[in-house]
Amino acid sequence: MMPPVLELRGVSKSFPGVKALDTVSFAINKGEVVGLIGENGAGKSSLLKVLNGIYQPDQGEIWVNGQTIRIASPRRAFDSGIAMVFQEQSILPTLTVAENIFLGREEEFLRYGLISKARMNEAAAVELKKVRLSCHPGTRCADLSFADRQMVEIAKALSLDSRIKGDITILLDEPTSVLERKEVDLLFEIVRDLKQRASIVFISHRLEEVLDISDRVYVMRDGKVVKELAAGEATVKDLHQHMVGRQLHHEYYREARQTTPTARVVLQCEGLCKDGAFSNISFPLHAGEIIGIAGVIGSGREDLARCLAGHAAVDRGTLTVDGSVVRFAAAHDATRKGVGLVPSERKAEGQVSAFTVAENMTLAALPKYVANGVLRFAAERATAREWIDRLKIKTPSSATMVGSLSGGNQQKVVLAKWRIAGVHVLILDHPTRGIDVGAKEDVYELVRDMTAEGLAVILLGDTLEEVIGLSNRILVMRDGEVTATFEAPPGAKPAQVDLIRHMV
Amino acid sequence: MKVVAAMNGGALAQWRKWAPLAVLFALCILISLFNGNFLTIGNFIRLLNLAAIPLVLCMGATFIILMGSIDLSVEGIVALTAVMVSLLVANDISPYAIGLFSVPLAIIAGGAMGLLNGLLHVKLKTPSFMTTLGVGFAGVGIATAILGGETVRISDQTFRFLSLGRFLGIPMAVWIAAAAVAVAYIIQERTRLGRWLYAIGTDEITARHAGIPIERTRILIFAVAGLFYGLGGVLLVAQFGQGHALISQGRLFTTVTAVVVGGTALSGGVGSVLNSVIGVMIVVVLANGLVLMGVEPYVQQGVQGLLIIAAVALALDRSRLEVVK
Repeated sequence: MMPPVLELRGVSKSFPGVKALDTVSFAINKGEVVGLIGENGAGKSSLLKVLNGIYQPDQGEIWVNGQTIRIASPRRAFDSGIAMVFQEQSILPTLTVAENIFLGREEEFLRYGLISKARMNEAAAVELKKVRLSCHPGTRCADLSFADRQMVEIAKALSLDSRIKGDITILLDEPTSVLERKEVDLLFEIVRDLKQRASIVFISHRLEEVLDISDRVYVMRDGKVVKELAAGEATVKDLHQHMVGRQLHHEYYREARQTTPTARVVLQCEGLCKDGAFSNISFPLHAGEIIGIAGVIGSGREDLARCLAGHAAVDRGTLTVDGSVVRFAAAHDATRKGVGLVPSERKAEGQVSAFTVAENMTLAALPKYVANGVLRFAAERATAREWIDRLKIKTPSSATMVGSLSGGNQQKVVLAKWRIAGVHVLILDHPTRGIDVGAKEDVYELVRDMTAEGLAVILLGDTLEEVIGLSNRILVMRDGEVTATFEAPPGAKPAQVDLIRHMV
Repeated sequence: MKVVAAMNGGALAQWRKWAPLAVLFALCILISLFNGNFLTIGNFIRLLNLAAIPLVLCMGATFIILMGSIDLSVEGIVALTAVMVSLLVANDISPYAIGLFSVPLAIIAGGAMGLLNGLLHVKLKTPSFMTTLGVGFAGVGIATAILGGETVRISDQTFRFLSLGRFLGIPMAVWIAAAAVAVAYIIQERTRLGRWLYAIGTDEITARHAGIPIERTRILIFAVAGLFYGLGGVLLVAQFGQGHALISQGRLFTTVTAVVVGGTALSGGVGSVLNSVIGVMIVVVLANGLVLMGVEPYVQQGVQGLLIIAAVALALDRSRLEVVK
């Protein structure tokens, strides 16, 4: 039997605090379409980055056509016959279609050191024909529609076909998420065409599509491949089950401490819309309540969170905070009304790493610590010490740089910042991302403390399990709309499978 | 909704593309209303002559700015190469008189300083802003040290022909500048370097993923820019018939103004050396026009300052801007 075109054997990759890939083994045979599915953070993207030479694995081997290779760079991946179509497009809008297709590989069009545009355009036209795109190769990509740019990206991957001697593998990362039905059908036709010459890895959240196009499906969870099954024998429900896998353990999420929300509405959304992100979002949030929002990337929940915190403006709809209609033009408007956001990118957005613990904590409430235009350091330090004790933050002192603390303690400082600012609505965007298990439990404990004191929380969980475990009520979003609402009282939590059904 | 937005974006982009040319025409019409002497062949040739050196300098600076970096070493490199070339041709201080052989030497020296810019910027990962500022100051400093504040007088008439000589009634400096523009345009349009500098200026991460040698490209572009500055130094000496350390004073501001006014975005990736040709003409026409209208020199400088801020403000695509530093 022929060796697989591309094979991973026991590949692992760790980042501080996270095992992104855990002894992953994975094989693609010639002419095969392999589906790869898993929840956000299951390790799919890491796997692709290893295959594309962007990450180097800590352990394990990559085999191409029966030989072990090291993929040191994206270019090396390309020369080994592996082309990737990125989820975030890698098309440069300032260059033409042809220039994008052959970017970094212009040498074949050189004559006396000069690029022949005519020959490059000719060669690009051949690739464009493969994806049935009728634009001129000299068109600037900025002038193409989003879907057409995706096709250019695919054409770029296909250009490998005539330029590599061996077999080629094309990695398609969520290629259909920006495409219309008609374009998806076209893409599938192209993929089926391609099977003659290439092997394809197809990654998608749309499980029906995965089953439709794939021969075999790998399911990933927590950085591991947990299941491999033939597409013909699987159903969407099976896939859901494997993606979710384990059972909930109640104590982890401090379910016993889940509060019953009061009747007081602190925040009310009424038909909120943001073009291209979400539409018609309506829900009330009560004091002491945790509303979890579940959804895949592109569901619009991140945009919604940013709008509620004033980081972006909504296009239509009304937002009521504490009984008065508000319109947030900037984040400080939201802060003034008592709404705070704990962002997912802690290092970039949540904290100032070069500031001390005390400086970070008072950042959102600085006016309180100013007398006659001068900062009152003693008061600042006293408050910091109080919160370090209350939240059990492990730090040598209040004057330690936040950047030197562990991820969990950093997150506690961010939470303390909003508590000091006196917010009563806190939006938690992936509050436990990149922090270890023990610290996660601390954060859950703190969230329970906050709701016990009457704060209201909107939670975009790191995992579905987290959303279900912590929330009183769960909104499921898909393509910018709320597709389902679940009550989640302690002891009667909805099942993950039921949520996923409305997510994908 | 989306379609309308896209069309607006398109129309706006179209306007941005043609705005510099429209501004140039408007300026010309406006000034000629004030002064009949403006629209004469004689004045036109004078304008071209005034534009020659800024054009040469702008070709280098455009590449750097397209790449998303900035080059503040223009004056330093020009000063050093100018002093060098003035000492190499027949003059009243040094004994060398190698004539036109000094030209390639000066250009190469400019390239070497540009290379230094690039190496420091890339290898030490220092921002181009700071690196080139330092190299530029060093250049002026070395030029001052060499001459000790003196001025070299050139007696080599063949060398001066490079600026003052005429072909078909047009000064040689203009022909040389035109050749520099042609070379720059070919680099931009027909070489990998040109392609890659756009890619880097647009999105460096994507460019890296495409396998482009980012560091080498950056270093080379700084070196190429240095070559143009070296040529600029040569033309300056040929024009004035003398060399001194302060010969390049004021050239940096005109250069960056012209590039930006021409429509090349400081954020990188958008623009062209042809835009800079328009930009240089706008700056030169404006300066010339202000002189013809009898505006005081210091007011002229103020007008240039306002011009660059207006140009940047108009050209910015604020929809994509999140953080302004």
